[in-house]
Amino acid sequence: MRNPQLNAQGELTHLLTLEGLPAEVIVRILDTAVPFASIAERDVKKVPLLRGRSVFNLFFENSTRTRTTFEIAAKRLSADVINLNIGFSSTSKGETLLDTVDNLVAMNADMFVVRHSQSGAPHLIAAHLNRTGRLHVHVVNAGDGRHQHPTQGLLDLFTIRHYKKDFRALTVGIVGDVLHSRVARSLIHGLTTLGTPEVRAIGPKTLLPTDLQALGVQVYNDTHSGLAGCDVVVMLRLQNERMKGALLPSVGEYFKHYGLTPEKLALAKPDAIVMHPGPMNRGVEIDSAVADGERSVIFSQVTFGIAVRMAVLSILAGN
Amino acid sequence: MKIEIKNGRLVDPRHGVDGVGTLCVGDERVVAVGAPPAGWRAERTIDATGLVVCPGLIDLSARLREPGFEYKATLESEMRAAVAGGVTSLACPPDTDPPLDEPGLVEMLKYRARSLDKAHVYPIGALTVGLQGFELTEMAELTEAGCVAFSQAEAPLTDTGVLLRAMQYAATFGHRVWLRPQDPYLAKGGVAHDGEVATRLGLAAIPPAAETIALATIFALVRLTGVHVHLCRLSTAEGVAMMRAAKAEGLPVSCDVAVHHLHLCDVDIGWFDAQCRLIPPLRSSRDRAALRAGLCDGTIDLVCSDHAPVDDDAKQLPFGEAEPGATGLELLLPLTLKWATEDGVPLAAALARITSRPAEILGSPAGHLGVGAPADVCLFDARVHWRVEPSALASQGKNTPFLGLEAPGKVRMTIVGGHVVHEG
Repeated sequence: MRNPQLNAQGELTHLLTLEGLPAEVIVRILDTAVPFASIAERDVKKVPLLRGRSVFNLFFENSTRTRTTFEIAAKRLSADVINLNIGFSSTSKGETLLDTVDNLVAMNADMFVVRHSQSGAPHLIAAHLNRTGRLHVHVVNAGDGRHQHPTQGLLDLFTIRHYKKDFRALTVGIVGDVLHSRVARSLIHGLTTLGTPEVRAIGPKTLLPTDLQALGVQVYNDTHSGLAGCDVVVMLRLQNERMKGALLPSVGEYFKHYGLTPEKLALAKPDAIVMHPGPMNRGVEIDSAVADGERSVIFSQVTFGIAVRMAVLSILAGN
Repeated sequence: MKIEIKNGRLVDPRHGVDGVGTLCVGDERVVAVGAPPAGWRAERTIDATGLVVCPGLIDLSARLREPGFEYKATLESEMRAAVAGGVTSLACPPDTDPPLDEPGLVEMLKYRARSLDKAHVYPIGALTVGLQGFELTEMAELTEAGCVAFSQAEAPLTDTGVLLRAMQYAATFGHRVWLRPQDPYLAKGGVAHDGEVATRLGLAAIPPAAETIALATIFALVRLTGVHVHLCRLSTAEGVAMMRAAKAEGLPVSCDVAVHHLHLCDVDIGWFDAQCRLIPPLRSSRDRAALRAGLCDGTIDLVCSDHAPVDDDAKQLPFGEAEPGATGLELLLPLTLKWATEDGVPLAAALARITSRPAEILGSPAGHLGVGAPADVCLFDARVHWRVEPSALASQGKNTPFLGLEAPGKVRMTIVGGHVVHEG
């Protein structure tokens, strides 16, 4: 089975997942993002790479941050950006996901940035476009269910490379709700593809999925041993609704065991960086002293996120 | 019609027949195996050279979608699919809309099916009213109307007390209970096997324990009540092991596996292929190997198609939202033959799993070719392969994970009650 996001020449035509994406494709995106990161510091922040192209932000699930950064990225590339917050309303009107897509293609959409609550929804759209021969229309996964958030994974990789240079000498700890996290799944595949020797998933058994080791991850239930010697600490957001079921007893108990405090961070390497995909829950997964501390690179991630998304959109537009 | 079928390879698992011979069927029954009786003249003679002549297939799970889901399939389309697949008797689960919990509905279904003059339909009655899991149905009335067993289909029965009462009541009158073993709490919201694939794809998972916990509960209640329980759609290696132990213990239990689960596992989901959205979920390759081994050694009694026609709109959705199910009536024979070839199972032994054994579970007089048996016969060419594609399927449901497969075994003729109901 061919990877549905690559064409016959092995070029990226959709960005759906970091799983199975060749290292050279990932590195090319990261390299392309470098000059875009400096555009942000210029007076004129626009380049004409996507002039005349239409980028549709197709959000079936609420998002402010991701949608905004995609919008900025597309606008800096001079694309026309159309934001559609579809929520759950269109399905209740009876229009299927693929009908929605077909309608927008008829409006000459060149690119879809898709967020959906169901794992695999962007794959479905991409497969539909491929099957119907509309290979010039590209799909970017902006987060699908628990599955993947590849541009977040790429911006995390960009941030790690920026601060730590060589992936092949790193220990990366990912802490928290891996079970429900598309961010974790993307980052894990990106790191292992780029040769990171040790990727750790740290969390309670209720928040770690079955057979996680099969993804090339070391599993830790204890934060102290898990953080020991880490070069990079990635904290995952814990959503409030996780407290309603039987996954966790309380915010307080979670913070006590898995929340990142200065004391716990001291177990990592002295020059370890702290990352978080946002939005942060201060006092739940991360202590303010760490979030605002000198080792936090959380706001760099946001800045780099725009450059990485510009790189993805421009590469897709060229293929 | 009096039909003489000559020169075919007669395979009758129940009577240990496997060799070239002649079969004579009359209007209702098998008249002779071998030379026709003196004075009996065939109205039609069929030269079955190169074909296998076996009892019509018996499928213990085929959803016909009537009443209530006629947009997915109709009795007409699915009965055509049945005979095109060589299936001459089928059991249909009670999860129609409304569910089969009233004699009138069952009688209507039987009447509609009979008027189509294709396969025999054996309705499975609802075990509880509306499949709600609270009140027992009128099992005696439903049996009189034509129900051969009672089931919850896929509806959960969360209250073990109700399950015990239902089994006690069924045992009182000798009714059979068919259950798919699944703990509703562990299965809640799940769409895939709890393993590496679900973890990679971020799909909500159903652990194997959902099956084994339910099996343990059911076996305990069988010991208590003595009711015969048929367990539907085993999916796990652990479940097969428990089943083997239960049979060794002498419990009155039997079980089946869906034909998909003999060939596919969770890896086949690939990039979210909704064709592989099935109930129970496709499990690991280890589970698949155990299911095949269980079928070989008789722990698993039989194979069913688990036919569930689903329209395209319901499959063109993200994996978790896609409707589970696949068309299967026309693939039951080919996929059983494929299993037999791959695992070195003799043809007669393989056909036993889709003819004589399901007939016994169903309490049907068919499933064999002895003199006096119902004249339900399937003639197929085991040497021919055909490509599974929508245009090759009579079922209104065109969705199956096997699209594109070069399937072995082409049904050439199906006879029900002495009438030729399909020729292909």
